[in-house]
Amino acid sequence: MGFEYAPAPESRSVVDIKSSYGLFINGEFVDGSGKAFKSISPSTEEVLAEVAEADDHDVDQAVKAARRAYNRVWSRMSGAERGKYLFRIARIIQERSRELAVLESIDNGKPIKESRDVDIPTAAAHFFYYAGWADKLEYAGYGPDPQPMGVAGQVIPWNFPFLMLAWKIAPALACGNTVVLKPAETTPLTALLFAEICQQADLPPGVVNILTGAGATGQAIVSHDDVDKVAFTGSTDVGRAIAKAVAGSRKKVTLELGGKAANIVFDDAPVDQAVEGIVNGIFFNQGHVCCAGSRLLVQESVAEEVLAKLKRRMSTLRVGDPLDKNTDIGAINSAEQLAKIRELSDIGEAEGAGRWSPKCDLPDHGFWFPPTIFTGVTAAHRIAREEIFGPVLSVITFRTPKEAVEKANNTPYGLSAGIWSDKGSRTLWMASQLRAGVVWSNTFNRFDPASPFGGYKESGYGREGGRHGLEGYLK
Amino acid sequence: MTRIDVRKTYKLYIGGAFPRSESGRSYAVNDARGRFWANASHASRKDARDAVKAARAAFGGWSSRTAYNRGQVVYRIAEVLEDRREQFEAELRTAEGLTAAKARTYVEAAIDRLVWYAGWADKIAQVTGGANQVAGPYFNHSAPEPSGVIAVVAPSGPLLGLVSVIAPAIVTGNTTVVIASEPHPLTSITLAEVMATSDVPGGVVNILTGPQAEIAPWLASHMDVNGIDLTGVTDDELARNLEIEAAENLKRVRRPGVEDLLAPPALDRMTTFLETKTVWHPMGI
Repeated sequence: MGFEYAPAPESRSVVDIKSSYGLFINGEFVDGSGKAFKSISPSTEEVLAEVAEADDHDVDQAVKAARRAYNRVWSRMSGAERGKYLFRIARIIQERSRELAVLESIDNGKPIKESRDVDIPTAAAHFFYYAGWADKLEYAGYGPDPQPMGVAGQVIPWNFPFLMLAWKIAPALACGNTVVLKPAETTPLTALLFAEICQQADLPPGVVNILTGAGATGQAIVSHDDVDKVAFTGSTDVGRAIAKAVAGSRKKVTLELGGKAANIVFDDAPVDQAVEGIVNGIFFNQGHVCCAGSRLLVQESVAEEVLAKLKRRMSTLRVGDPLDKNTDIGAINSAEQLAKIRELSDIGEAEGAGRWSPKCDLPDHGFWFPPTIFTGVTAAHRIAREEIFGPVLSVITFRTPKEAVEKANNTPYGLSAGIWSDKGSRTLWMASQLRAGVVWSNTFNRFDPASPFGGYKESGYGREGGRHGLEGYLK
Repeated sequence: MTRIDVRKTYKLYIGGAFPRSESGRSYAVNDARGRFWANASHASRKDARDAVKAARAAFGGWSSRTAYNRGQVVYRIAEVLEDRREQFEAELRTAEGLTAAKARTYVEAAIDRLVWYAGWADKIAQVTGGANQVAGPYFNHSAPEPSGVIAVVAPSGPLLGLVSVIAPAIVTGNTTVVIASEPHPLTSITLAEVMATSDVPGGVVNILTGPQAEIAPWLASHMDVNGIDLTGVTDDELARNLEIEAAENLKRVRRPGVEDLLAPPALDRMTTFLETKTVWHPMGI
């Protein structure tokens, strides 16, 4: 093995990062009242920009702007006209896709091939999809005259910053809501670029407000009395806290939380495809994926073969510069996340699981973690129970389909699952038994605006995408 | 000599059986005129936990029955209830002091509600699920599945209220632990007798009687309960606290609100306790 690749970095010249950013309230950028914080590149640790932190007062201003826009403009506009704004936004995203992709990779650390081929095009598709719903809501199955909720408070994570923004804003606007959205503390830049896109689209001021900040800002948004709808994607712990914070209020809540998906490989699976699926399932986006296939359940009779092929495939993965078009695995998003991945991996080793990573050179600066698998993992191990949110796979074996179901469902989470088999009846039976919101069979980590996404159990409630994604934004 | 009537002991309904509360407690229930009617069981934490266990045990079998079969079972409840109309009309008059006409309206509405929900069993997936047109060579399909074990705080109307919260939860495959109307628990236990003779498998519906404020928190905080329906909670503070407890394992919560139970229901009583599962499979030759 050992192909040498010359570096093939994407040019950064397409992006223009300002030295500091304010908050986007009522259609314009304003200074925040809180302290500014820095957004750094996780692959180099260089400071990219200073970003304003929104405090309670800023949140109040943004909610007021959203309420005004809702009352005076957005709720009165016909669905067809709202839809046209969304179509415009979709087109501008496509027009500026290279810029968005490069900026996303710089700020988040993900490989350019993913931001370019997945995040940004899927975000544009999401706006395009929901644009078409805006004037058809009475056909969506939520009553003959569905109404918007009002002001939506939305808090999104750092793993797919721009795509998650699209998942939140597109259905909200299509249904006639106005929004106050907070991007994650470590990845605010593409959301701030989206504010510019709203300006280019001449979106009425106040319909979209973008507030940067950390946990306190998010808390202020979701608990604001004049917010009617709360949408959150992130960890189960924060989701729990939000559910408690809004208890007793009339706010409608959708939560898309953590996962510990089983990716189940049967002895009749097409092994090479399955290995690609395992790699995609856990190493896509550095494993910073709530629906990542972080538990490999492999049938005992083929475990040796699958593991050998998996290891061989893993040794060809290239870890490094996110802007390099050949990079498979980019940087871990933050020092904090890296510490968490290291800690849980060390615990995996201490609890007796066998740790393996291919030989790979990691860059000197930035936050990096090699693709890693643990074998001999049992249900009691913490690496089999807790979401690691990194490129770490726990391998568990099983003998019968029933045992696979038992093991797969033995988790408080229920976001996604994978099945690899050539036998249709078994695949369909497995799919019916797995307590998870998305089941990929003979594929993994597929996303589409038309396809509902969301969890069972402690992976949250509500669906994003498809007709189902409208429900959370209508009453 | 007038004949001395044989009075019924009102117990709980757990796992298809009628046990007394393990606590040995009961509370006096009066009729609409304030006269002693009977003692109802005062369910304990242990009873609530036993009921959840029974509901969990019943979930696998009930949820994997065909929708057609679940529809027939719910329809069967309506049939048996229809047979016992007079008994329920009399009970409602005694319990709530309703006029004969009012009592008949409620009993008939309860029966008709069961028939309405029975018909949904094998249609809800067609209405709430379907094919998703993804941009790629994939078969992609969404369908609803039951959330699991649902705790229900029933509203005070002992028959229509109870039917309105139980039928939509079970017809889709959930199993339930219900806290009956606190002021009118006896009719709920009579309804349990209907369930017990309607081919409803033991554990699919479990009914507890006793103080809502005491029992509901145990169910709201129970980690093996997947959803909670707060329809019968009228105290805002209690509702808020139950929602906070329910957040611990992200239960699906139906919040209380003012509803006219005689009005035709919407789908949301079913959809609140349904999960959407989306399955992808590549297409190719």
